[in-house]
Parts: sequence; structure tokens; C-alpha cells
Amino acid sequence: MTRAKVIIGGLVALHALILLAGFAAPYDPTRQTRTMPFAPPARVHVFDASGRFHVTPFVYATVSDASGATYSEDTSAQFPVRLLTHGAPYTLFPGVTTDIHLFGVDEPGRIALFGTDGYGRDVFSRVLYGARVSVTAGLLATLCALLVGTALGTLAGFCDGIVDRLVMRAADVFMAVPWLYLLFAVRAALPLHLDTRAAFLMLIAVLGIVGWARPSRLVRGIVLSAKERAYVQAAEGFGAPPLYVLRRHVVPQTYGVLLTQAGLLVPQFILAEVTLSFLGLGVGEPEASLGSMLGTLQQYHVLASYWWMFAPAVALVAVATAYHALTSLGHERARLVAS
Amino acid sequence: MRFIVSCLAAVVLSVLPLRAATPPAPIASGEELLQGRDAGRHGGRLVVALRAEPRTLNPAVANDAASREVIGRMGGDLIHINRQTQLTEPALASSWSRSKDGREYTLTLRKGVRFSDGHPFDADDVVFTFRVMQDEKIGSSNRELLIVGGKPIVVKKVGQYSVRVSLAEPYAAAERIFDSISILPRHLLESAYASGALADSWTLATAASSIAGLGPYRLKEHVAGQRLVLERNPFYWKADSTKKRLPYIDELVFLFTGNEDAQVIRFQNGESDVLGRSGADNFNVLVKDRNARRFQLADLGPSLEYNFLFFNLNDLSRKNLPQVAARQRWFTDLNFRRAVSRAIDREGIAKLVYRGRGVPLWGNVSPGNRLWVNASLPHPARSVAEARAILKKAGYSWRGDGSLVDRQGQRVEFTIATSATSTQRTQMATLIQADLKELGMDVRVVPIEFRALIERVFESFDYDASVFGLGGGDADPNGEMNVWMSSGSNHLWRLGQTSPATPWEAEIDRLMQQQLVTLDVGERKRLYDRVQAIIGENQPFIFLATPNVLVGARSDLANFQPSVLDHYTLWNVEQLYFKPQGTSGRR
Repeated sequence: MTRAKVIIGGLVALHALILLAGFAAPYDPTRQTRTMPFAPPARVHVFDASGRFHVTPFVYATVSDASGATYSEDTSAQFPVRLLTHGAPYTLFPGVTTDIHLFGVDEPGRIALFGTDGYGRDVFSRVLYGARVSVTAGLLATLCALLVGTALGTLAGFCDGIVDRLVMRAADVFMAVPWLYLLFAVRAALPLHLDTRAAFLMLIAVLGIVGWARPSRLVRGIVLSAKERAYVQAAEGFGAPPLYVLRRHVVPQTYGVLLTQAGLLVPQFILAEVTLSFLGLGVGEPEASLGSMLGTLQQYHVLASYWWMFAPAVALVAVATAYHALTSLGHERARLVAS
Repeated sequence: MRFIVSCLAAVVLSVLPLRAATPPAPIASGEELLQGRDAGRHGGRLVVALRAEPRTLNPAVANDAASREVIGRMGGDLIHINRQTQLTEPALASSWSRSKDGREYTLTLRKGVRFSDGHPFDADDVVFTFRVMQDEKIGSSNRELLIVGGKPIVVKKVGQYSVRVSLAEPYAAAERIFDSISILPRHLLESAYASGALADSWTLATAASSIAGLGPYRLKEHVAGQRLVLERNPFYWKADSTKKRLPYIDELVFLFTGNEDAQVIRFQNGESDVLGRSGADNFNVLVKDRNARRFQLADLGPSLEYNFLFFNLNDLSRKNLPQVAARQRWFTDLNFRRAVSRAIDREGIAKLVYRGRGVPLWGNVSPGNRLWVNASLPHPARSVAEARAILKKAGYSWRGDGSLVDRQGQRVEFTIATSATSTQRTQMATLIQADLKELGMDVRVVPIEFRALIERVFESFDYDASVFGLGGGDADPNGEMNVWMSSGSNHLWRLGQTSPATPWEAEIDRLMQQQLVTLDVGERKRLYDRVQAIIGENQPFIFLATPNVLVGARSDLANFQPSVLDHYTLWNVEQLYFKPQGTSGRR
């Protein structure tokens, strides 16, 4: 049981961190500091240059040499790390705008925990905001796929005959469609001048529409078998209307499968969003997404010189692992119940 | 036992190239060109990584960079542009004279020169070459270059070693058009030309014995998808100051890598000896690695290329693009373009996109083009306040949230389309996006597939703005005719004009035409300075920056003298040689 708590607690914490990106991130993810491209991660000290211990951790200012290629710490001034400090304003929830950040340092100091990218933007803040985009896309696309899948799967399973055949053949078609190329085509057909938000919603819609086929097949199977159960037939025998039977007796049977599907689909759709943004088809600059951040690693010099640019990959692994743990937990419990 | 035999065979084979490298015969007392550089030694093998595989070895139809690079090493031209001095110098034509009216050139050819198959070269080859290059059916990319005053130039044989070139009207710097036009061997290609098969001759599958040229190297073998090997041309017509026949290096190997990163990695690992132009990011990776690996890396300063932002000023009356047409009322406003220009941080672009290995630009002629740059053009520093003042004066205003609106209350928002394959131009657009946000403009950057971008810019006109790069060919202004003439095929901001759309475009047309027929260099410079000034005042292009030319080679490669002009590294391949200490461990 403790393992289950750890996994679920971890997932909740991860999502809280990601969804409250504005609060957890010290900087505006689109703010460029052109004097500091590819600055390495700031070191947080408790001992100063003369070896004295400080209770409050602090950073030194990062300065670059004349060529701008190498960075060093300027130990003449310390910038203590402050909790709940004021910074760039952001929207915490729709309608709630604030400028309080979890942590930060006073200007001109900078606490770039994961360094900066080629425009001098804070990679830590971008990873949080980017993960928010990627994870939200994954969650919403899953929701979309499961809703469509459940509706069509139930319809197919319950109605039998021509409806069943039509829906299932359509599912075959959607499973055969190479979704990446479908997305290429959809993006090419849309106008150039597309709002970032519209591009994001389009992404979710396409992922969800392409992803409905598999859950709908599973749901159909369950509905077909549930229909034959004695209690369902009994209910029908007593004259219950079909919708009542569906709602009361059949659909609840699918909940377990849907949950497992969700556990599988979320990381899959997150990866799909990452792939698209990696190829430049997702959320555009200057907004961050884990995929577009990883996209910069396609350049040899970034790959060879700036190890901190791998940070989004680490974040992605963490999210995927958490979901994987959740699904394997589900499996174990299912096995327990079965035995 | 078999293993030992194969090992022995491998050892023998590996030393074969060195043993087979007998120095070429010294030159006879012909008319070979002597070059007085530091005298080198024969031998060795130079490996060069190309980004792509050449498509053809036929000089008449080659138009991709890889083919041109290889063909340039296998062919010879009549008059050559020295990549160091940027001036013309004698090549296969040992001298030339111009008639008083500037419409006739008489070229005297070098005697005793032979093609790489041993066949003698004379005026018939020259006449044949120009006939092929000007033939519409062949479709040579050189054809356009050979049209002066709307008519093709006429090349006539005067004697066995003399040709006369007639132009329809005087043409400044006419001798520059002969550069890089490889003379074709009539004895090998005449029958193919007669039967209409010339455009399909000399492919990569053609046997080495059927290809000959006047360059320092000739074809040895081609392994599809992997490499192309050239060997020394034993009949080459240049020699060093000690009368040793050039080239020094026995073999030239071109590897095909696919992209710049792979090219750089090959060079870094010592698998190739020369690095053609590379980006600043990759160059910096090599700079950090320099001491360990013994490279000579050269930052040659600004290239001739210019990168710019431009708006869609095309006539959209016949296109169904109401949204773009509505936004054009900002783009056509000179004050709008001036404000945008003023707000762009060019220094930031040079620093972030080119990692400091590039310079900001305010005109189309880069400071790398020493002979033609107009040094008196103003270089106003970035000023957001100034830009806002320009906009305010032109009737724009700001809402409470800081967003910019025009006179009609319309929010100023537009898209910059860039090529998805050009990381650097997309980076420039991203920086511009942040700069213009300070003016309250909502700019979106959309990287799209290269061909889709070309289609939008040249055909459908369905775009707001884009970032492009041009230039980088010849230093002479004639190479820019198709950009600045209002009827030019690269007059990007407003294509397909039958007559100039604005008075200043008409003025540029007049000045460019005039410099084309002016033979006095000082006067041409004055005319072209005026063109640069008009462009600067009217900002059809908002110039951003130019990258430095960054190249490298193994440190034991001597006579390596890269230049900012095209064929950056191998232009003097015949003079390259390996210094003695480096050769012992070489392949």
C-alpha cells in the first residue's frame, strides 16, 4: 500500500508542480537575456568564496568573458535565495494574476537552475512551462480520445449489425492512418497566421480524434459481453429502457478498462505532442514545449557543448516513469482482485 | 594463414597510393602559367567532406553546390577571379584586350595546353563551349550570365589560339563572366551534342576515361553514396616557381555526409582534411578542440551574404488574399518599416545567432565586399524610443495593455514565415519577435518547409513577412541585377513588375542599368553607392546581419588561403601540399 501511496503522491506532486508552473518558475519563460546565451546552471552556495558558512543559500552573479563564450562567477556580490518573492507577473489560474514566485533572487542576480538556452532564457522555467503544455496536451487528448472512444464503442457494441460494422471499420481506418502524416497535412492546410492557442487546441483535437479507435474496440468488447450477462437480460426483461440499461448496468463495466487505457494513453499522447513540437509542428516560439526544447538538441553544437539542454529529456522521463508506475500498479491490483 | 595473407595484402594496399605517387613530368617550355608562391612537394591525398553528393559532372548543366565544387576542380576557365584579390587574372586566356567602344574583347589563348586525356586545347574548344552553354535546349544555368543587353554574347574563332567575343552593348566587368565557365573538350562531346544527348552526358556513372577537363584534377572513381575520387591531371598547365608541375597533391577525395553537422564531425575526427564553410556554433566547438586535434581554423571576417527581413509589398489585386492585403497597409508605410528597422537589435543577432562571428548590416553590401561597400551609409543604433516616436508620428497608438493599433484601431499583428531547415533565420525571426513586442506588435514566427516557403514568396504571395539571405556569389554589383531591378526574378518584396511601382524603384533601375554599361570603375562605384543609399532610405529589405566565413583545415596543409568568395577553401587546390612532418603518418 505504501508503494501505491508513493506513486500516486508522486504523480499528484508532479502535476501540481507542472500545472502551477508560473508559481514554481522563477522567471518568465519567454524573457530573453541577450548577454547570457547558453550560460551554465547557476550554482547555489552555502559557503562563500572565503569559506564562510551562510544559513541562507545564495548565488553569485554569472559574468561572461569578452568573447561571450565562457562564463564565470563574480564573487564580489552575493544574492541570497528568497522564498515567495515578487517577480514577473503571470496567470496562476484563469482570472488570477499574481507576481509571487516560489523562489528567486534579487536583480541583477539570476538563479538559472538549469542554465539558459541560446536566447538567454531560463531553462528551468521553460521546462516547467513546457511540461505544462505537453502534459496538458496529453491529458486533454486522452480525455477527448476516451470520450469519443467510449461513445462509439458503446454504440457499436449495443446496437450490433450495420452500426457495429460501420463503426468498427471506421476504427480500422483510423488505426491504419499514420497520424504523424495526418498532422502534417492538417497543419499545412491551416492558415499561417494561427494563434498559439488555436494551434494547441488543433493539436489536441487531432491527437484525440486519431486516438479514439483503440479504446472504442475495448469498450465494444466489454459492452458485447456485458449485454449477455444475466442481470442485464433480467433488467431488459423487466422492461427497462435501453438507455437506462446502458447507464446503469453496461457502461460502469468499462470503467476499469478506461482507467488503464488512460494510464497508457496519457504518456503516449505526451510523447506525440513532444514529437510534433520537436519537428516544429507543435506550439510555436516563443512558447515552450518539451518537444521544441528537445528540438534544439538536433544541432550538433548544442548536443556537444551544453549538457544542461538535456533537462527537458529528464523531465519527460520523470513524467513517463510516473505514468508507467501507475499502470503497473493498476495491473497488480487487477491481478489481486482476479486471484 | 588466410588471415595473415589478407593482413599482408591490406598492408601492401595501404602503402600503394604512396608508392604509386610518382611525381609528374616537369613542364616543357610551353606557355604554362608559373605561380610564384612558396614551392611545395608532391604527394599525399586530400579528403574533403561535402554536404551532399554531386548530381552531375557535366559543367553545362550543373547547378547544385556539390557538383560545382567538384567540377570546379576538374575544369579550367578562360579568365579567373582571384579569390584573394577579388580581381580578374589570366587563366586559359593568357591575355585579352577590349575594343574602344567596349563591345569587343579579343582573348589570346595559352598555347601547348592539353586536356586531362592528353588532347590539345585550342579556340575550337572555346567556341564549342559557348555554343553549348548558350543553347536553350541544354538549359545551362550559365546561359543567363552570357546575355548582355538582352542578346547572347557572340564568340568567334579568330585564329587557332585566339577568339573574339562581341557584346550587344558595353558591359562593365565583362571579363568577370568568364570565371568558372569550364571549357569543354570538343573532341569528347561534339558527337553527343550533335545527337542531342549532351545534357545527359557526363553523369556520375560515366567512365572516367570519357571525361576530360582543363582543371588540376581528373576523375578516378565514384562510389555511389560514399565518395568521389579525383587524381592529378598529368597535363595540368600550371607550375610553381621552380617549374614543378602542379597540383602537388596526388588525390582529392570527396566524401558525402548529408549535412553540416556530419561534415563538422568528420573533420573533427580527422576523417576529412578541409572544412568548407561552417556555422559559428560548430566552429566554436572546433575552436575548443583545436589544441588537442591540430587544426588550422580561420575566421575570415564578414561574408558577402546579407540576411534581411522583408514584407510582402506585392500587388495582391488579382489574388484572393483579403487578410494579407489588409495588413499591407502597414507594410507599405515607409514609417512602419523604418520603425521596425529601428527596433531590431542587430548586435543581438550577430551575437546570438552567429555567436559573435558575424556583423550587423544596414545595407546590401557587406563590409566583406571591400571594393563596393558604401562606407558612408548611416548605422543608426537600436532605439525603441525612436521607433515608437516614428510610429506615433505616423498615426499609430497604444492600448492600455501596451499593444499597438493603427489609425483604424486595428491591432498590429503579423507572421514571419521562415524556412524550417534554416535554424539561423528562424532564430533571427525569434529575436525580431521579441524586439517588436517592445513596440506592441504581435509577431508570430512560423517555420515552414523550404519549398512551401518558396511557393508562398514567389507564387501565391500568401505571407506577411519573411527572413531570407542573398548574395555570396560574386563581389561585383552585376550579380545583384536580378534583386534590385524592378523586373528582377529576385526582387522579392514586389515581384513581376512590368514597370517600376515607385519612383525610387525607377531610380534604382536607372542607376543599375547605367552602372552596367559604365566602364570606368570609379564612376560605377559612385552609381552603386547611390543605389545602396536609396535602398537604405526606403527599406524594402530590413538588413540584419552577415555571418563571417569560417573554415578550417589540417594544420599540416600548406598554402591554405581560404577566401570570402565562393569556393572558399579549394579555390587554389593545385597549390595545396602537405608539410613534411605531417606526411609520415598520413593515409
